[in-house]
Amino acid sequence: MSSLLKLSQVEAYIQQFHILHDINFEVPKGEVTVLLGRNGAGKTTTLRTIMGLNPVSKGSVVFKNEDISNLKPHLIANKGIGYVPEDQGIFGDLTVGENLRVAMKREDQETTERLDWILDLFPDLKKFWKKPGGQLSGGQKQMLAIARAYVNENDLLLIDEPSKGLAPIVVEKVMETILQMKEKTTILLVEQNFLMASKIGDRFYIIDDGQTVHNGLMGELKQDKALMKKYLGVS
Amino acid sequence: MDLIASLTVNGLATGMLIFLLAAGLTLIFGLMSVLNFAHGGLFIWGAYAGVWIYYVTNSFLLAIIVAIVTGLVLGLITERLIIRPVYGNHIQQILITLGFMLVLQELIKVAFGPDQKAVHPPAWLEGSFQMGDVILIKYRLFIIAIGFLLFLTIYLILKKTRIGLIVRAGVMDREMVQTLGINIRFVFMAVFMVGAALAALSGVLHAPYSGVIYAEMGLEFSILAFIVVVIGGMGSFTGSLFAAILVGLAQAFMAYYVPALSLAVNMLIMTVVLIFRPQGLFKVKG
Ligand SMILES: Nc1ncnc2c1ncn2[C@@H]1O[C@H](COP(=O)(O)OP(=O)(O)OP(=O)(O)O)[C@@H](O)[C@H]1O
Ligand SMILES: [Mg+2]
Repeated sequence: MSSLLKLSQVEAYIQQFHILHDINFEVPKGEVTVLLGRNGAGKTTTLRTIMGLNPVSKGSVVFKNEDISNLKPHLIANKGIGYVPEDQGIFGDLTVGENLRVAMKREDQETTERLDWILDLFPDLKKFWKKPGGQLSGGQKQMLAIARAYVNENDLLLIDEPSKGLAPIVVEKVMETILQMKEKTTILLVEQNFLMASKIGDRFYIIDDGQTVHNGLMGELKQDKALMKKYLGVS
Repeated sequence: MDLIASLTVNGLATGMLIFLLAAGLTLIFGLMSVLNFAHGGLFIWGAYAGVWIYYVTNSFLLAIIVAIVTGLVLGLITERLIIRPVYGNHIQQILITLGFMLVLQELIKVAFGPDQKAVHPPAWLEGSFQMGDVILIKYRLFIIAIGFLLFLTIYLILKKTRIGLIVRAGVMDREMVQTLGINIRFVFMAVFMVGAALAALSGVLHAPYSGVIYAEMGLEFSILAFIVVVIGGMGSFTGSLFAAILVGLAQAFMAYYVPALSLAVNMLIMTVVLIFRPQGLFKVKG
């Protein structure tokens, strides 16, 4: 197993609050790794810490065999990590097309092909190409955020709760897309929607109170009712 | 009729100069949420450096170029030495930029002497056109034209180029822009320098317009720029144009009809805007 990303004994603070205590996990290349855990467990903080938006106070974040902890966010992004934040981070006054253009480091054929591929999955984005991002529906914003993270040739995508606040049918759509993207890239997914997590995830880690407390193959988790109840409140 | 027309031209010219001053400040605030009270110092340095060259060479064009270069260089120095250490802390920003503003103002007196200086427009911009009853002063039209051209140029850059989109995106969500692989600090430095150059240009263009320059204009224009940025909506480029023209026109008409209020009019507009539209005339959406 070659792991693309590896966090070892990562600790992090937000201001004076000790939020991450001991985060350890690996993301194998070509798979979807899911971070689970109840509200406030530290999932978002973990992704932000990988992106360099939050400092690593102890431990290491290794990406493609290089320690990226405490690099500036834009340098981390340029190593090949795309990020879809929990709030989607759409630029509200920019149109759909402009949101994508800001992200596109190059406008060569390869990038254009990637763009076309993802737009075929989200025809709505083509339809509302000139509409300001702020006026899209929640689901469309999510699709735009995913497309924006995808247009550059990234090796890893961090996606934070893509199902949040979406109607079941839209969740279905987002899930299908992530399944298709799985063929082309490695994904680290934070997801509370257990159905979605179990359908697309290969491997899971449970975060509780800033620590990774459990991990395994997604298939195993589905069997382990006691574990799910204890950490996820799913019965 | 001729009175209204001439007051309007006056107001537009003043408005365009204020716009050049405020445009940079609004983007600087929007992009890094930096409160820069030294902006008027860049204005006054542009005015003095330009006017000095103008005295020496008698070339107004050269004066404009020197003012712009002065703005770029001072902008770079200000961003690196003054602003960079106080990112994220508004109190410190206000204190250090106000202090730096006073330093810039005093340095003017050291470099150019403490007396105010009289400035006339160059010969090719002196005089006026007559259209019917209306007398249009050439230099004012010149200012309006330059202001409008620069507005259009910057507007198109912000609207159509990727660099412009990055700046606008940065104003809406700085963090997100970084996670797309963009060095926001570098973008900010560039915007700061351009903003400083615009302020310096405003200064040198203002000199023959008011006919006189003096060091204390620095602080006066720092405050004016802030008022305009607040009225227009902090971070909004188009908003800064509308607010600047509004303030320019209000000043021109008040000075004629209600002279007693002409000094207070900026504050009045700001107060009314803050009461009814606290986000300013234009709001930037994240
Ligand atoms: N800006 C902040 N200041 C202080 N504490 C914060 C801040 N942001 C997050 N926290 C705290 O950090 C902890 C982890 O938050 P985080 O957002 O990482 O959780 P999460 O697992 O993503 O939760 P959710 O499922 O609700 O999104 C929480 O206890 C939260 O209250
Ligand atoms: Mg979260």
